[in-house]
Amino acid sequence: MDILSSFNYWVVIILMMIGFYIIIANNNLVKKIIGINIFQTSIFIMFISMGKVVDGTAPILNDLNTLYSSPLPHVLILTAIVVGISTTALGLAIIIRIHTAFGTIEDDKIQQEIK
Amino acid sequence: MIISQLPVLQVILPLAAAPLCAILHHRILAWALTLLVSLISLCFSYMLLNQVLIEDTITYAMGGWVAPWGIEYYIDKLTAYMLLIVNGITVLVLLGAREIVESDIASDRIYLFYTAFLLNLTGLLGVITTGDAFNLFVFIEIASLSSYAMISLGRDKRSLYAAFKYLIFGTVGASFILISVGLLYVVTGTLNIADLSQQLTNTENTPTITTAFVFFIIGIGIKAAIFPLHLWLPDAYTYSPSIVSTFLAGTTTKVFIYVLIRFIYSLYGYEFSFFTESFHYLLMLSASGAILYGSYLAIKQDSLKRILAYSSIAQIGYMVLGIALITELGLMASLVHILNHAFIKVGLFLAVTAIIYSYNTDSIEKLAGIAKTSPFIFALFIISGLSLIGAPLTSGFISKWYLIKASLEADYWIFVSIIVISSVMAIIYIGRIIETAYFKPSVKQTATLDLDKKRPYLLFLSLVVISFINIYFGIETSLNVDMASQIANELINK
Amino acid sequence: MNSQLLILAALLLPVVGVLFISLTKKNINLRETSTLIVSMALIYVVYSLLPDVLNGVYPELYLFNVTSGLSIHFQIEPLGMLFACVASFLWFINSIYSIGYMRTNEYKNQTRFYIYFALAISSTIGIAFSANLFTLFIFYEFLTLTTYPLVTHKETDEAKRAGRIYLGILLATSICLFLPAIIWTYHLTGTINFTPGGVFDGHQEPTVIVILLIIFVYGIGKAALMPVHRWLPSAMVAPTPVSALLHAVAVVKAGVFSVVKIIIYIFSPALLSDTIDVNILLYLAGTTILIASIIALRSDNLKRRLAYSTISQLSYVILATALLVPISIAGAVLHILVHAFGKITLFFAAGSIYTTTKKTEVSQLNGIGKSMPWTMLAFAIGSLSMIGIPPTAGFLSKWFILQGALNIQSWFAVSIIVISTLLNAAYFLPIIYIAFFRDSGIKNDQGYHESPFPIVFAVFSTACITVILFFFPEIPLQLIRLLIGADI
Repeated sequence: MDILSSFNYWVVIILMMIGFYIIIANNNLVKKIIGINIFQTSIFIMFISMGKVVDGTAPILNDLNTLYSSPLPHVLILTAIVVGISTTALGLAIIIRIHTAFGTIEDDKIQQEIK
Repeated sequence: MIISQLPVLQVILPLAAAPLCAILHHRILAWALTLLVSLISLCFSYMLLNQVLIEDTITYAMGGWVAPWGIEYYIDKLTAYMLLIVNGITVLVLLGAREIVESDIASDRIYLFYTAFLLNLTGLLGVITTGDAFNLFVFIEIASLSSYAMISLGRDKRSLYAAFKYLIFGTVGASFILISVGLLYVVTGTLNIADLSQQLTNTENTPTITTAFVFFIIGIGIKAAIFPLHLWLPDAYTYSPSIVSTFLAGTTTKVFIYVLIRFIYSLYGYEFSFFTESFHYLLMLSASGAILYGSYLAIKQDSLKRILAYSSIAQIGYMVLGIALITELGLMASLVHILNHAFIKVGLFLAVTAIIYSYNTDSIEKLAGIAKTSPFIFALFIISGLSLIGAPLTSGFISKWYLIKASLEADYWIFVSIIVISSVMAIIYIGRIIETAYFKPSVKQTATLDLDKKRPYLLFLSLVVISFINIYFGIETSLNVDMASQIANELINK
Repeated sequence: MNSQLLILAALLLPVVGVLFISLTKKNINLRETSTLIVSMALIYVVYSLLPDVLNGVYPELYLFNVTSGLSIHFQIEPLGMLFACVASFLWFINSIYSIGYMRTNEYKNQTRFYIYFALAISSTIGIAFSANLFTLFIFYEFLTLTTYPLVTHKETDEAKRAGRIYLGILLATSICLFLPAIIWTYHLTGTINFTPGGVFDGHQEPTVIVILLIIFVYGIGKAALMPVHRWLPSAMVAPTPVSALLHAVAVVKAGVFSVVKIIIYIFSPALLSDTIDVNILLYLAGTTILIASIIALRSDNLKRRLAYSTISQLSYVILATALLVPISIAGAVLHILVHAFGKITLFFAAGSIYTTTKKTEVSQLNGIGKSMPWTMLAFAIGSLSMIGIPPTAGFLSKWFILQGALNIQSWFAVSIIVISTLLNAAYFLPIIYIAFFRDSGIKNDQGYHESPFPIVFAVFSTACITVILFFFPEIPLQLIRLLIGADI
């Protein structure tokens, strides 16, 4: 397998690392949530790109085609996207409450305030 | 007719009750509904247990779609065992919850709290009963999201930050689990756990399978607070509302240890997990670290809930240790400890909840001499405390007996010393609480009994029942020990 | 009465007593009567079991199975019978003493005192009657827990500190050493029942057996082998009846009893002497005897001197058992009995002195024999018993132990016994001398001024028994004969 044919995996890994780095390294809480989103998106891409069958069409039954990409990953990812959105929504809601309570959404300042 | 639908009823009942609770909008009715649901749920799990003891395994195909195309619920003895534990804890915690919740959470949010509670229960029960890997991920996330919400409802503003930290950690962990499921799907083409295990025995060992294994272990390690991935736990348990800490301490981490066991034994299989990967050495290191670190840090804390949180980390270490010994006796010791620790920790947390409710403080320093004003609570705290230490005739002793026996059988003397040293440390941190409460004289800063609050009688009832259970399982062990040894036998020799 | 019922009654009577004591706490005379009646009832129950045992019938009571291999099981054999008889009898005497002592010294929380005392006695009976290591361990831990409130009774900072040391050492040794030793025994042999002839079949390596033995002996912290002896002097901060209980009736006796029982019924002297070199136990015990005697010599505080005397006397028992010959084991068991009566006399006397004169140091005791003749006479008898001079019972046990040492020509043991006897004399005889033959140097000395009657009665009775046992040792000897299976 050469690099080009597995470029989807490269995209996945790069996005995953970017997302992970943002979660860990960034101070701002909202940006951490963004990092999580990027991280989860990379996983979604991994799943979906795995479902693609060479020369297969979109998995909607019609009379013209006989070869379809696998629909299962799409279904799974729909669920996972919903989960991701709920997580984001909950995270942002908590951030709003944190802002009301602490006055800031910078991680280091909150930690200082806790001490 | 109910019997055949039991597996799905077990999960759907709390799920259906949740929106009902949200519509109800009434704080007392919300509690009553939740309590009712948990009682019915307990009956269901009892019926499931009886069924499983006769039929060995039960499978239920959702929507009639047969596995491996459809999602399947898979109940075996381990499942029934865990269901009983989770439902039992839920009932006991909810029994005394009404007054506590009313004092801890703003009254216009109480019905929402119970909604989140029901969703959490759904998630946990779903995790236990499902036989599909992706379904597992979904239920894990349902349980986790609702627990983030519950934790953030605490009085202290630090609960918000604790909830957020837990959210970040937990989501990363769940995402790792998702990656693992995805990789396994790529390799085998199926998501059904039973089918996966069959397919895996037929495929060669590729790096993909190993990567999936590693991702899963780390993901579940974060969720189950296995050292050193436990960092979210102390804050989450300390700052969340007391009832939430009590409930989480008794259920969440145990359920995720269950997932670990299910994954290692049912999915990957005994030989692969331990011999091909030989990662039990890693588990041993992690378990020892958890036990020593958790017990040591518990000694130095001032907040009651924090002591119990660190103690939980150590106890989870015991469970992991039993698994890491890779013998049948070790697995059995872990399973016995899962049940015993659930009741011990909930017993301790219920007593602490009662104290915090009555005295409005969590700090040991301020609780000097209060055993005189609340002798009843402290007597029951001592019983659960003795069980945590492992005094004979309590359930904790049985767990320690089997863990030490398993370590001896596997020729690991170092673990015998670790278990024994941590018992002594447990004596120190429990002893500190008891000594301060009984012996130190009340001074000006000592908290006083809040007379405005009604005495939480139902909570006392739960406390009494749990203390009784802690002693009962120390004397009449046939229920959990026999069950655990059967389960261990089946899991290893499948 | 059915002997199984008797066993159950012996265990539960003190607990029933607790009920009565707490119900009558408002009326102190009724409360004290409850204690006395219950302790008399206990003596009756325990001594009713004696005829069976003397005839070689060993009643047993199997309660229930906790999990595989662990069960609550009682069986009365000669050693346990002896211990139970001593404990129950001394509870009665100690209760009489406590009534006088606690009231005269106006202690608070006396109800709590009597309640935990009763629970401690119940635990002691449980230890005496246990048929396997698990039951022994349970009641051993109960004893630690129920004596903790007694040690910290005064609730002063010093008492709390002492309580912490007490609990810390005893719980740490029992959980870190005793428990693993029990589990290891189960792991090696598949059983933890006390069996005549031991549970090892000779297939284990000698080093394993020796290590296991040492772990057991140190794990049983109540036997106060150095260096786990530290709890004993600290516990002297407790009221004197508690010290008497700790030293004579229950706690230390439970310790050495457990050691002897384990050596006889788990290891068996035959196995130990045939295959293994257990001299290490001999050396440890001997060292403890000497060091403790020297510290006692240098202590001015009377209770501290008695505490270290106890530590060395306990190691006598361990030394004698470690000699592994029947006659020395007989001496060991007899010494448990003899030391109980002797030491309780000495502690009663010390408490009596404190009650009447508030004096605690040896150097203050000049001429006190004139004002407290009964107390000091009893003290003298008790001291003679510790030293081992006839006609006190102490002579008998020392004689047996010495014979055992000479029998196997252990010159180490012989010299230890001789030297320590001299040391005993050196720290006891001067007290008697200055009490009777020195002038108190107090002007306007009032002459006779004894302690209240209950105290004097108790201390004098135990002193008399010490002498009586010398002349009539038949029943204890019969029990011992059954135990060691030999004729002495």
